[in-house]
Amino acid sequence: MATQTLTIDGKLVTARPEDTILSASKDAGIDIPTLCYLDGLSAHGGCRLCMVEVGSQNRLLPACTTPVREDMNVSTSTPRLVEYRRMIVALLLAERNHVCSVCVANGHCELQSMAYALGVTHVRFEYLSPELPVDVSHDRYGMDHNRCILCTRCVRACDQIEGAHTLDVMGRGVNSRIVADMNQPWGDSVTCTSCGKCVQACPTGALFRQGSTVAEMEKDRTMLQFLVTAREKKQWLV
Amino acid sequence: MARLRLATTWLGGCSGCHMSFLDMDEWLIDLARMADIVYTPFQDVKKFPENVDVTLVEGAVANRDHLEQLEQVRAHSRLVVSFGDCAVTGNVTAMRNPLGKAEPVLRRSYIELATVNPQIPDEAGIVPALLERVYPVHEMIRVDYYIPGCPPPADRIRHVLEELIAGREPKLEGAELKFG
Repeated sequence: MATQTLTIDGKLVTARPEDTILSASKDAGIDIPTLCYLDGLSAHGGCRLCMVEVGSQNRLLPACTTPVREDMNVSTSTPRLVEYRRMIVALLLAERNHVCSVCVANGHCELQSMAYALGVTHVRFEYLSPELPVDVSHDRYGMDHNRCILCTRCVRACDQIEGAHTLDVMGRGVNSRIVADMNQPWGDSVTCTSCGKCVQACPTGALFRQGSTVAEMEKDRTMLQFLVTAREKKQWLV
Repeated sequence: MARLRLATTWLGGCSGCHMSFLDMDEWLIDLARMADIVYTPFQDVKKFPENVDVTLVEGAVANRDHLEQLEQVRAHSRLVVSFGDCAVTGNVTAMRNPLGKAEPVLRRSYIELATVNPQIPDEAGIVPALLERVYPVHEMIRVDYYIPGCPPPADRIRHVLEELIAGREPKLEGAELKFG
């Protein structure tokens, strides 16, 4: 199929037919905020931060899962979208216990940096303050459900890149929880290869290396794309 | 222009935000030229004064005293600023909220984890009763501006104060809004 031509924020953009609004925008130098999306993994469309306006239709579309079409007219940062994005981040902050000041990922957290990039000054929703466990049964890594935003990057990394599918999601809605194997302590998992891809993919301090203290958990979130490029194109690009 | 009447107060927090306030170093001398500090934990003032222009509130709302103090602050301040993460988000002070109400928190702290003489402190009129849960300041009173940070860096506090003294809207952007 031929090249697609569309308009993103008033800019004429050419894209490959397999492009999404997100990838076409990125190529055109237009930044759309994302949290669940990660290069190297399949798109999930769960966090809703990348919602954009398309043409005159009132329904918003997630940029990460919406394919480009000829003559599309996309707006990525209207006041309405910016307001919704702030609301999404505030709701994520209210849903679990994100205490940045004492978090292993303080200063290296995508939820934290997204909040300030979007201008979230405070959370106007009531904090739910759920009581959630921290699983430190694994030899190398820990899982702190207080910091988890259910982006499922870890689940996808484990399944699609490592091929182990140790991690998955249990439950519904606000009660959803990342689980190892059949909801057992991570350290008891027989499928986990301890590869640590999930830890590198995690946007927050929910997955961390054992022994990390406040602000020590730096992650390499480009690792998965590096692996995919190496496997598919035999190119070891650093 | 009249000198700014500035107050600061300290609720459920560690006083780290006030230490960061002192970290403004020699600018404090400039501040003293431009503003009257009419109430603050740095001075021994018993009663919250009237006609305050700006009050910086450190800490989350955790007990009855905090609540009474906040009512005074709001009633007598033109502008209220949530000062630091505990005031803005609840932060460490609010980490007791997942335990539920006040009673399990007291039991956990003073009975279950006590090594000697386990008892829940209860001195009417001396020890203020804990609220059932900890709140950020804006859940209790109207807040005009927010200074995040644990603690907020001195430059961030100074920027906000400079803007307020100049009669402008203080606006923090980008990483100046970082929690933690």
